Amino acid sequence: METNTLTLEAKNLTKSFGQTQVLKGISLNVARGEMLGILGDNGAGKSTLMKILSGFQQQTSGDLLVDGKPTRLLSVDHARSFGIECVYQDLALVNSLSVYHNMFLNREIKRGWPISLLDHRAMRERAAAALDEIGVSVPSMDVEVGTLSGGQKQAIAIARAVASNARILLLDEPLAAMGAREASLIIALIERLKARGDISMIMIAHNYVQTLDVADRIMMVQRGICTFAGHSANTSVTELLDIVRREYREDAA
Amino acid sequence: MASSRTAVAVKPPSPGKHPALRALGITLRAPEAGVAIVSVILAIAFGVMRPAFLSNANLETVSQFVAPWAILACGEIMLLICGEVDLSVGQVFAMAPFVMNFAYMAGLPFLLALVVALGVCAFLGFCIGMISVVLRVPSFITTLGALLLFNGLTLTLSGAFPVNTPNTPFAPLFGGWQYSEIAWAVLIALLMHGLLRHTSWGLHTVAVGGNATGAAEAGIHVRRVKIGNFILCSTLGGFAGIINAFHVTSIDPNAGGSNVMFLAIASSVIGGTSLLGGSGTVLGGLAGAAVLGILQDGFTLLGVNAFAFDIITGAAILLTMIANVQFADLRRKRRI
Repeated sequence: METNTLTLEAKNLTKSFGQTQVLKGISLNVARGEMLGILGDNGAGKSTLMKILSGFQQQTSGDLLVDGKPTRLLSVDHARSFGIECVYQDLALVNSLSVYHNMFLNREIKRGWPISLLDHRAMRERAAAALDEIGVSVPSMDVEVGTLSGGQKQAIAIARAVASNARILLLDEPLAAMGAREASLIIALIERLKARGDISMIMIAHNYVQTLDVADRIMMVQRGICTFAGHSANTSVTELLDIVRREYREDAA
Repeated sequence: MASSRTAVAVKPPSPGKHPALRALGITLRAPEAGVAIVSVILAIAFGVMRPAFLSNANLETVSQFVAPWAILACGEIMLLICGEVDLSVGQVFAMAPFVMNFAYMAGLPFLLALVVALGVCAFLGFCIGMISVVLRVPSFITTLGALLLFNGLTLTLSGAFPVNTPNTPFAPLFGGWQYSEIAWAVLIALLMHGLLRHTSWGLHTVAVGGNATGAAEAGIHVRRVKIGNFILCSTLGGFAGIINAFHVTSIDPNAGGSNVMFLAIASSVIGGTSLLGGSGTVLGGLAGAAVLGILQDGFTLLGVNAFAFDIITGAAILLTMIANVQFADLRRKRRI
């Protein structure tokens, strides 16, 4: 099944910043309706990997395949045209703008000719419907995002990506800096998205337990290479911790 | 759900409250309304103390103070919102009518000469923008340098002598008629308000000032937005300089300058635009300019001297800034 429904595939990606090679040949793939969890330490190259997959940066070498076709993602807009959406750790939300303005940031609904103006009413209605559809509740479409909780902001950022018809959703540490209650809300949201079956997801995370819980497959990135890949059903937290420990021992030696 | 906690804090307007209290609440929530009310109260107060304040001749005088500040404020507000500032706009104000006059003297039809002058202003804005955004010199420094540079250019080009404005039938439209300056200011403020609140450009300007990284990640071209607003600010500054020149029928190399620039920024800030970027209001800037103009004119009529006026303006800026910061905190916590 995986082989014919792969939506995003990366082969041997490398990325260098000057003399420093941050990614040293990473390969991954994700199928439709599947969630791939990427684990690893700070500075392991996870965020760089995410930036390449979302078109924010370009790889130094290696290939990207979208729906099986080799593609070089030139910009965020270009990646978007393939249905690739990234929810960054800083969420790309503007605190001083309302919920619905954030939902449609750089994708505003406009009307009128020759001068097209923002259609506030349509955006407000569509934002409410989009949030409702995936079960996210916020007090109002007009409140400034800065007044909301971390979990609500994360939910809005994810809803924004989904509402823009994302087929491949990249989540950069969606559960970071969040209390257990808020995290469980986001996990429930991710489960609902998985249940739809039409979205591929790649999630970067720190928390092994949560990631094993929510992802179908797991991969571990350390110092720019992949040190483990497997199905989360056959993987245990101890197994992952052993790999990390081995890595540290090598470091120490 | 976790949202219920925040949801509780968002109350519908309570109908039981006294109308005056409700009006006060709305005022405090919409800073531009508050500033507009202050300007009306000040006008009435001066009108009571000196009936001459409300005479046609005096209102014309006030409108002359207010119009250039308001037009410059429109540009500065866009820049302040996206996290930049232009200190050189007062010098563009002085240079633009000279450029227009040179083009006109060289034989261009008036309207074309006007377009050339505005084009030069736009180019100056583009250069400042490129230096600030692409070469990453903070705009405070870039435009401080540009301030001196443009001033020197204007003095050199003009030989430091004032000249008469071109004799054109368009003169009344572009500042010659007594109320055309203020009419332009109001028109420009309304257009800029529309630009800020009802176009993608305005939304992106707020986004860039509020969260530049986030805006870039959402695919907004941060540099383009900032440079565009530098161009807008310089062009508006030049236009204000031209209509001001037609108003006084003389092109003066010492017109405008830092004074008009600082008053434009003061108008913006008094009107409720944050110096830190990410939020602001054009209509508030117009109201802020009105407050400063009314204060200046009113105190002159009362016989208060210019030194005292500076003290009052300075204190007014400090007080409104303190109020802005404090009320913004309260607004965020939904106390008012």
